[in-house]
Amino acid sequence: MENGILIPHLFRTEFGKITVVLTRYLGMDHLDIAEDLSMETFTKALEHWPHQGVPENPRAWLYAVAKNQALNWLKRQQNQRHILHSLNIREQCQLPEEINLSDDYIQDSQLRMLFAICHPSIGTLDQVSLALRILCGFGIDEIANALLASREAVNKRLFRAKQNLRSSAGQLEYPGQHERRARMGSVLTTLYLLFNEGYYSESEDCIMREDLAMEAIRLCYLLITNPETNLPETNALLALMCFHASRFPARKDQNGHFILYHLQNESLWNQELITQGMYFLNQAAQGDRLTRYHLEASIAYWHTQKEDTQLKWENILQLYNHLLTLHYSPIAALNRTYAVAKVYGNATGRMEAEKLGLTNNPYYCSLLASLYADDQPERSLQLLDQAILLSGTDPERRLLQERRHSLLKHLVED
Amino acid sequence: MDEYMLIFRHEDGSKIASPEQMQIWMKQTMDWIGSIAAQNKFVSSNGLPHDDACVVWPKNQITNGPFGDIKETIGGYIIVQADSMEEAVAFAKGCPVLQGEGNSVEVRKIAKRH
Repeated sequence: MENGILIPHLFRTEFGKITVVLTRYLGMDHLDIAEDLSMETFTKALEHWPHQGVPENPRAWLYAVAKNQALNWLKRQQNQRHILHSLNIREQCQLPEEINLSDDYIQDSQLRMLFAICHPSIGTLDQVSLALRILCGFGIDEIANALLASREAVNKRLFRAKQNLRSSAGQLEYPGQHERRARMGSVLTTLYLLFNEGYYSESEDCIMREDLAMEAIRLCYLLITNPETNLPETNALLALMCFHASRFPARKDQNGHFILYHLQNESLWNQELITQGMYFLNQAAQGDRLTRYHLEASIAYWHTQKEDTQLKWENILQLYNHLLTLHYSPIAALNRTYAVAKVYGNATGRMEAEKLGLTNNPYYCSLLASLYADDQPERSLQLLDQAILLSGTDPERRLLQERRHSLLKHLVED
Repeated sequence: MDEYMLIFRHEDGSKIASPEQMQIWMKQTMDWIGSIAAQNKFVSSNGLPHDDACVVWPKNQITNGPFGDIKETIGGYIIVQADSMEEAVAFAKGCPVLQGEGNSVEVRKIAKRH
């Protein structure tokens, strides 16, 4: 990799790790300092590598610089304290001899941070922003882009979330066993949202999106390596992520534009990830709790079979029926309706769609347009126009325009 | 928005259906419930199996089965959200239980807790 790609990539994979480990040494009060030190490490790389060449082991180079920076900072702190307390008996300042940046220590620190971020005093969206920043090394612009929010909004969110984080935990420690269990729900939700930001985000920066989805997978896998957090629902969530991520290689054309599911070349789907997903879905079947992740993973499993069979759609419909009784979301309601149409025909699908009360939702209009396309193409065109008006992003609009175009062509030819 | 309970009343609770028939009913019931849930109007639901049920009477009298002196047996219920009794009734009209002759669905508004 050239510097231009290598450094951003390393930044995304290493910035969070370094920040979290340094926070563990510096204390939660100095989270901002840990971020600054981590940032300086990368600034040094940007200064040195173009002239001196990329070191043989860039990661080790970054870690060594980060360690030095942190130790220097801790020493300065200690000196200041000594001056302030020069007349008092010397405080026992435990200056670490070495900053531990081994894989195990990094993983443990990241799990601790994940649990700290999921403190109940921090709102869900704040948790996601903070996780993007601290665990995934996202810049403010990238977070704003991923969450469809303004820079100011993200800054405000991060500021508030960090304040809450500091007041809820002095050190980067695991909460007690009881509290840990209570936070598992938020931890899984945060990872689920992180993954979704990567998978569904409308941004066309596909490197950023894939890195983000892969980070979510990595963090979820971390939970599985720890016996206490290796719960059936953790496995179900990881299965869901694996099934979706298997389609990354097939989702983009040469211009970086989205390719819809039914037009994808399925030979590009990553079979290894699908197999892994099946393994985790089996693991998730232990225990007697059926969570939304179990249902969503099972739906995602059926989507790894591209062929349209009655069996596939009947199963998907039943899974959506069940999912909606556990957890309503407009997108699940629309997807269920699509499954209804696949099982019982477009007319029944249209009846079900019209009950949903989602007329101002672009996906509603686009779904209804496809259910009308065969019988009433004019109505379908109107609905597509409406979807284009309501749609929020360029890539989405482009897909709708393409559909409108081919429908028009069809109409003219007939 | 109020909550309503839709109670499934079976005329003859002792009828035994074939597993295939049961499966079809299950699927229809789940489609019906899924349709209500897709409108974000589902609250909760439970089936009440007829076997292993009993009726407790005054003076410690207990009889087997839910089939006491009443003609019908309650087979389950669903609680939905609805803006009005009319909307709750509209949900009830789609209930697959109604395919059985003599069966009915009772719609009752749930008293608000204060």
